[in-house]
Amino acid sequence: MAENREFFWRKLHSLLGVIPVGLFLVQHLVINHFATGGAESFNKAAGFMEHLPFRIFLEVFVIYLPLLFHAIYGLYIAFSAKNNVSQYGYFRNWMFMIQRISGVITLVFVAWHVWETRIAAAFGAEVDFNMMADILSSPFMVAFYAIGILSTVFHFANGLWSFFVSWGITVTPRSQVISTYVTIGIFVALSIVGMRALAAFI
Amino acid sequence: MSENKTVRFIITRQGSADATPYEETFDLPYRPNMNVISALMEIRRNPVNAKGETTSPIAWDMNCLEEVCGACSMVINGRPRQSCTALIDKLEQPIRLEPMRTFPVVRDLQVDRKRMFDSLKKVKAWIPIDGTYDLGPGPRMPEKKRQWAYELSKCMTCGVCLEACPNVNSKSDFIGPQPLSQVRLFNAHPTGEMNKAERLEAIMGDGGLSNCGNSQNCVQSCPKGIPLTTSIAALNRATTIQAFKSFFGSDQI
Repeated sequence: MAENREFFWRKLHSLLGVIPVGLFLVQHLVINHFATGGAESFNKAAGFMEHLPFRIFLEVFVIYLPLLFHAIYGLYIAFSAKNNVSQYGYFRNWMFMIQRISGVITLVFVAWHVWETRIAAAFGAEVDFNMMADILSSPFMVAFYAIGILSTVFHFANGLWSFFVSWGITVTPRSQVISTYVTIGIFVALSIVGMRALAAFI
Repeated sequence: MSENKTVRFIITRQGSADATPYEETFDLPYRPNMNVISALMEIRRNPVNAKGETTSPIAWDMNCLEEVCGACSMVINGRPRQSCTALIDKLEQPIRLEPMRTFPVVRDLQVDRKRMFDSLKKVKAWIPIDGTYDLGPGPRMPEKKRQWAYELSKCMTCGVCLEACPNVNSKSDFIGPQPLSQVRLFNAHPTGEMNKAERLEAIMGDGGLSNCGNSQNCVQSCPKGIPLTTSIAALNRATTIQAFKSFFGSDQI
């Protein structure tokens, strides 16, 4: 990598985590939530997304490329930290460590999830309510999905907190505390959306 | 009674920079108002360990003895702090002393803090006032600004924030919170502000500001109570603006 490019890569990593990857996550969770209205409601919503024009371009530029960069550069960031919560058990230091752990869990979960759904679709599988109901017929997969969704939502919510600091939006300690409460609220709200959708497939 | 009271120290020692560290225990007679430095001086006067063996005196750094120079920082009971203000009465025993391993260990508790002084040079933590003629007095500084900038000037380059930071380690080249906050200090100065962009560009280099992972251990650990994370966030804003300025090209300063 060229000299003095790190600032750019780090800023890009922070930006892409929220726009577009974070926004896509919220949209994905909301679409999934249609499952609580029954199979037909979910299939209709998923079908609408599936038949968006220029879908492959939307996927590549809004999801695949930003997500891949965020994941690969994120792994580098996660493994260059030397965690020390046993010595410094402060709230933010715990969040720092959990952010890195949840990032790795999320990467494993998302990789499996993409394999099972989008890549399966590329090989001709039909992505609909039945596909998910089928996957989630095993209790192990329910647990795997529950952990995966919670980890992803945490990583997004806490990442949003860091995003506000990294871009110099929340500078004062007070604004950072309020931002902590707001992002906890986002975590709880999106977790409820995700868990309700998950429960609807079981 | 009190003449029988002793204080136990477990000290991590090493003979030279690349020697293997080992622990040595010392029992010292208690004296009122003892601190870690006076205990180390006592060991230096009579270097006998808990087993009764004569050993070499312990090497450590010290200078001002009033928590303004930063030289005597070490890890005391798991926390980096200055040994001059570490009162024995307020410490749990046995008292464990270790060097701050984020820095290269020279010998025993003595570390080489050079990297922090190199960082200060790298970020141009000074105000250029030299000229070929008398430049006259600089612009005045608003009193309110002087008050918060004064807090930043309390930094004594002790290294505690680097020791506490999970992102300052052998796997990363992050310069740590200490030089970053100094950039905010010198950029706040009305004359220093004239070279603001140079300092911002310096911390936008590799190992710079963006390596901060917001664990915020630094602000919790700073013995001078410097608002390090506020400085970092303020610099995040300043560098974001600087990046836009240099890329899209408005007036260059």
